[in-house]
Amino acid sequence: MIEYTHVSKRFADGTEAVKDFNLVIPSRKLTVLVGSSGCGKTTLLRMVNRMVEPTSGTVSIDGDNVAGRPAVTLRRHIGYVMQNAGLLPHFTVARNIATVPRLLGSSRRAAHARALELMDLVGLDPAIAERYPSQLSGGQQQRVGVARALAADPDILLMDEPFGAVDPIVRAELQRELSRLQHELGKTVVFVTHDIDEAFLLGDQVAILTAGAHIEQVGSANAIIGHPANDFVAEFIGAEHGSRALHIRETGTGRMLVDGNGRTRGVLVEDGSAA
Amino acid sequence: MKLVSDAMSWLFAPAQWQGADALSLLLFQQLYLTAMAIAIASAIAIPAGWAIGHTGRGREIAVAISGAARAVPSFGLLILLVLLLGVLRKPAAGGITFVLLAIPSLLAGAYTGCEAVDRSVIDAARATGMSEWQILRKVEIPLGLPLLVGGLRSAVLQVVSTVTIAAYVNLGGLGLPIITGIALQRYDMVLGGSLVVALLALALDALLAIIQRAVAPKGVLRPAS
Repeated sequence: MIEYTHVSKRFADGTEAVKDFNLVIPSRKLTVLVGSSGCGKTTLLRMVNRMVEPTSGTVSIDGDNVAGRPAVTLRRHIGYVMQNAGLLPHFTVARNIATVPRLLGSSRRAAHARALELMDLVGLDPAIAERYPSQLSGGQQQRVGVARALAADPDILLMDEPFGAVDPIVRAELQRELSRLQHELGKTVVFVTHDIDEAFLLGDQVAILTAGAHIEQVGSANAIIGHPANDFVAEFIGAEHGSRALHIRETGTGRMLVDGNGRTRGVLVEDGSAA
Repeated sequence: MKLVSDAMSWLFAPAQWQGADALSLLLFQQLYLTAMAIAIASAIAIPAGWAIGHTGRGREIAVAISGAARAVPSFGLLILLVLLLGVLRKPAAGGITFVLLAIPSLLAGAYTGCEAVDRSVIDAARATGMSEWQILRKVEIPLGLPLLVGGLRSAVLQVVSTVTIAAYVNLGGLGLPIITGIALQRYDMVLGGSLVVALLALALDALLAIIQRAVAPKGVLRPAS
């Protein structure tokens, strides 16, 4: 469990990125912080592994204030996935993935074996283990980034817009993969995005933020779509424009789900588990 | 043209390759002085450059020092140092001049090497739990190596050609036939000595160009020099 208590962050240039933020991030669930750029969501994420120190308030993991732990050790025990993967360009794929186990003292051989295991886990062909990041596609790089974050088997995974820089098809694939991994591994995941659809797709808990990391609403996708807390949330999730209000229309090709603008969004099936 | 052929015949005369002032010995002295100056300057400038590049602190000072030092005429500096240290310490004055000459390029090579590393790569290294020392050692230094060798290359080129003036302070080197030749109005000697210096400089530059290419980390496109 990660808990933010009265957290504020004012940067040296005077911008107040986070104002009195409070949130509990439950263990073994995926929590999404979603909001427009500049709302402070990345700042919040980076406070967990002390890449950013709060100006006031505390961030604690299982009741222990992170400020009390040495930053370097803390970071080795928290997975971090960033946009554009952030791989070391002069390390091979295997060596990139093995980074944290090596830092934690694993032998070269053990770390390499672990890297191959993780490549399998995230769906990477072991044949590319000795390639360099520049030789990979964006989607492959991102998978390497996820594998690296998981290499030391951390309890917590921080993901900063990890799928923001890949094309929509690859993004959808990576999102499905993440859901599968999360189902399998059950990590405490904090996921930052500006894409509300991605937030609803992945999040067990979704927090919608506005400037200063002000929480507009927090809850499950079900709760937020069902009862948007205010006009901003309704607008942000698209309920205002009727894109979340679907109705059934009988057509020649079956019973279709149509949104408020009359656009077909899907097909109604009797057995919902097919999806 | 006569001068060139005179210089050639002077160069290849057996007398030039024997005795206390043999060209081979002078060549060795030239290289030795260069190597010593580069070694001392590296010991000072490279760690300082890495520290500046890693922390981003002191960059303005480094730029100012490098710029100013490049503008100082080396011969003037040598004379000034001889005057300051006294004529008995001429060799020391020579050594200091060459070290000071090598520092700006090495310093710039070291800190630009660190600075050229993509900030997101360093951020990623830090977020995975590398200590500052590990970031420097495993990320910034290897990725910045081609630029450092580039700095080394220009430092060597500058020093090896300037070491020619060492002959003025009794340190030997290939400047000896040049200054002797000037005094005796033997321009074949002057040109012959200069040619050896030039060839030596070109050879070292070519060697360092190869090394610069060889140290480029795998997986990284070679940066435009």
